[in-house]
Amino acid sequence: MSRLLLLLALAAPIAFADSEIQVEQVLKRDFHPRGQAGMDRIPQDGLQRVCTEARDRPPQALARTLEADQQKTLVIPEGSLMGDWKRGERLAQSGQGMTWNDKPGNAGGSCYNCHELSPKELSFGTIGPSLRGFGRKRGSGADAQRYVYSKIYNAKAFSACSQMPRFGTSGTLTAEQIKDLVALLLDPSSPVNQ
Amino acid sequence: MIRAAVVFLAAVCALPAGAQDAKKEIERYQRMVSEGSPVELFEIGGEELWKKPAGPRNVSLEKCDLGLGPGVLKGAYARLPRYFADTDRVMDLETRLVHCMTTLQGRSLQDATRRVFGNEDRPSELEYLSAYIAAQSRGVKMAPGTRHPKEQAALELGRALFFHRAGPWDFSCASCHGEPDRRIRMQELPVLYEPRYARAVVATWPAYRVSNSQLKTMQWRLNDCYRQMRMPEPTFGSEATVALNLFLAATGQGEPYRGPGTKR
Repeated sequence: MSRLLLLLALAAPIAFADSEIQVEQVLKRDFHPRGQAGMDRIPQDGLQRVCTEARDRPPQALARTLEADQQKTLVIPEGSLMGDWKRGERLAQSGQGMTWNDKPGNAGGSCYNCHELSPKELSFGTIGPSLRGFGRKRGSGADAQRYVYSKIYNAKAFSACSQMPRFGTSGTLTAEQIKDLVALLLDPSSPVNQ
Repeated sequence: MIRAAVVFLAAVCALPAGAQDAKKEIERYQRMVSEGSPVELFEIGGEELWKKPAGPRNVSLEKCDLGLGPGVLKGAYARLPRYFADTDRVMDLETRLVHCMTTLQGRSLQDATRRVFGNEDRPSELEYLSAYIAAQSRGVKMAPGTRHPKEQAALELGRALFFHRAGPWDFSCASCHGEPDRRIRMQELPVLYEPRYARAVVATWPAYRVSNSQLKTMQWRLNDCYRQMRMPEPTFGSEATVALNLFLAATGQGEPYRGPGTKR
């Protein structure tokens, strides 16, 4: 029985695949490059395709496979991953970067768009979970640093169809910037942990 | 007045109050701006443009057929997007207006689409015209075309586009508009594939947007969503944009039109 379900689950994306290829052809025809947003942004990678076909709820076995695949993209620097929470707060506030009217580089993390972080910032989004007090709960040791760094670098390595961008894998944020965001979340003196 | 309101909003956001209080303040602010909205000025400007002779043939748009016959404006917007036999394609308000500018007035496509989105100092003629034409559907139930095979194909394409994840940040429309009670910063996000949320949205666009001090069209709304999705730019009036527009309009159908609205 469970074997049959697994087979069906694996077969389902194949049945939908044609329509996704058609959508991609429409995008290639009906969209045009502008600024830094070139047409190389149109083709889906395997993860995007599976998540689209599964409406972001892939069967568990498939999700684990995708996550293991994304784990392989992680590039984690040696040593401490704790940067400067003040710079991290500025990055978290900035929703800029990567759009066709942004200059290449200088991207922010858009963190407050989706998450609650510092209690001083009341204008926060709710697409992602609240991260207020995150470091108080998780501590600031090497494991916590590594987890937060990895999650920001590639959220899909932990949740295949997460709505959170892959900030490292996509080249949006540098290693130094991700370290600053790690500090914003974990540093005991960060407002997030006050 | 509008600038004062923006300053007021900024002050509200900075208040050290709870999120619930902030929400109430923002609702109060929204009521305030809708009472002082300049939507009517856009409607008047649109009427002038509709009736003004222009282009190489020096004729007005008054004979433009928006689907209910040449020059029929009452309720026409509520039926869009829809299939047009003369072009053999599904069109939304803006693409149909451009069609009338080229066929009736003899303007080149390049001329008619030179400024499809305006700015605060100089609105686009399409923004004025959209406000005027949409206003003639007030009280009329939204009922876009969904029966013709090309309308059905567009609807399916629109739905597929809505859920299609792509680009450097992996976004689809559903990334932001897929679950109830979600916000980006303080902006609440309607779940646009569900009728109960889509209806209020469809019934109030085009809309005056206080943060831009501009009247904005649906084509602009879709364009700016794709900008924020970090995608390349959708071409104005392309099949993809009309299909997505039809998917949203069809999801929100049945609601009496009450726009042009006023947004944050």
